[in-house]
Amino acid sequence: MFTDLGRYILLLRLSFRKPEKFSVYWAEIMREMVSQGIGSLGIVAIISVFIGAVATVQTAFQLISDFIPKTVVGSITRDSTILEFSPTITSLVLAGRIGSSIASQIGTMRVTEQIDALEIMGVNTPGYLISPKVITGLTMIPLLVILSVALGISGGYIACAVSHDVSTADYVAGLKDGFNPLTVTVCAVKSIVFGFIITSICCYQGFYTNGGALEVGQSATRGVVFSCIWILFADLVISSLLL
Amino acid sequence: MIEVKDINKTFGNNEVLKDINATFKAGKNNLIIGSSGSGKTTLLKCIVGLHEPTSGDVFYDGENFTKMHFEGRVPVRKQIGMLFQNSALFDSMNVEQNIIFPLNLFTNMSRAEKHERADFCLERVNLTGKNKLYPTELSGGMKKRVGIARAISMQPKYLFVDEPNSGLDPKTAILIDELINEITQDFKTTTVVVTHDMNSVMGIGDHIIFLHDGQKWWEGNNHEIAHSDNKELNSFVFASPFMQAAREKL
Repeated sequence: MFTDLGRYILLLRLSFRKPEKFSVYWAEIMREMVSQGIGSLGIVAIISVFIGAVATVQTAFQLISDFIPKTVVGSITRDSTILEFSPTITSLVLAGRIGSSIASQIGTMRVTEQIDALEIMGVNTPGYLISPKVITGLTMIPLLVILSVALGISGGYIACAVSHDVSTADYVAGLKDGFNPLTVTVCAVKSIVFGFIITSICCYQGFYTNGGALEVGQSATRGVVFSCIWILFADLVISSLLL
Repeated sequence: MIEVKDINKTFGNNEVLKDINATFKAGKNNLIIGSSGSGKTTLLKCIVGLHEPTSGDVFYDGENFTKMHFEGRVPVRKQIGMLFQNSALFDSMNVEQNIIFPLNLFTNMSRAEKHERADFCLERVNLTGKNKLYPTELSGGMKKRVGIARAISMQPKYLFVDEPNSGLDPKTAILIDELINEITQDFKTTTVVVTHDMNSVMGIGDHIIFLHDGQKWWEGNNHEIAHSDNKELNSFVFASPFMQAAREKL
């Protein structure tokens, strides 16, 4: 475990050396942004709308009473979406969508000697392969989480409009009621940390793949599993420290 | 010129290379031959720095490559071209992008100059007009040729080739050998080829090193190999009845 941790830290250090040519790295970052960001829009949109809708319906089911104002459903949906559902669930899904892709892509490059070919040319392979992916994770995953928050809250609105358990007016009033900006800060911190976890761990697993097709699959699986575990652990730590 | 001095390489308790000494001269096809598991690819990887030798040194034109750190090796590596056994083309790039990739990173050539260079390299390997094809659209022989085109794009002083003929039909294999030979002669590169293909050995072997059990067992050229009395070398080179019959006629 300590060997892995040491290798992980050393690999990250090598990844952020001065690039050979900034324009080539910039092009790679743009390519990754399209792949990780635009490529994940669909899945993020679908899960966010449904999570927001389900959160609203279930909150309404548990809290609707004559003694509790109906606006509370909107407030709870807003806070739970911003604090937990959007950053954590979206990141867990993205660990599967982006993380497995990163680990298998780099792993395949390793077993087909493409990484050796880069090294022979004198390219800093960790820098060229890993830093664009990590930088993209640090920027695109927070953006996807912001989108997820918006769509999750919209999903709740749609659920109110369809189910009529809570009126849309009450829901919107609840959204505006008692908003604490700290929740957005926590959401932002979580999404940045989770973005780093997903991309760096999956890059590490892919980079040190040994063997053939079977091992590439194993690296991808390990990348996703470790990312998910570390996301959940980081979620607890960030929540404990910031809330 | 590349000099290899007292190279040893062990993986755990497995001693793969034992005290290898060799000199590879410029403008020559230097072949490393040996049976599977004899250590020839490991030796090649030690020479190019993909493996660090357990002990010993590799000198590129007198400069100790083994003792250099990452940044120090970059100028030497810019002068190295390598063709891998499976070509190792970048899947996400087309043929032209594969060839100009090192030019993008290490030169300040204009876009037009890079395209011109890519066209020249493709013409050199008889693949004119195949610029926009992706590696998945190429045959094994074409992949090897694109690999060679990428290897020569930076006009290397040193060319390394790992099993150039594996998986190729005899006719294509001979074409690849001829291409390697032409590049070596035209650009005066120090070419090191790892192979166990006897056609390559007889066809382009200006300087041959035979590895057996991790040791240098024999050294010579393609004329001397036919008349060698080295038992291990003969059992490797003349393993088939056809080759034995051919030797008797020599």
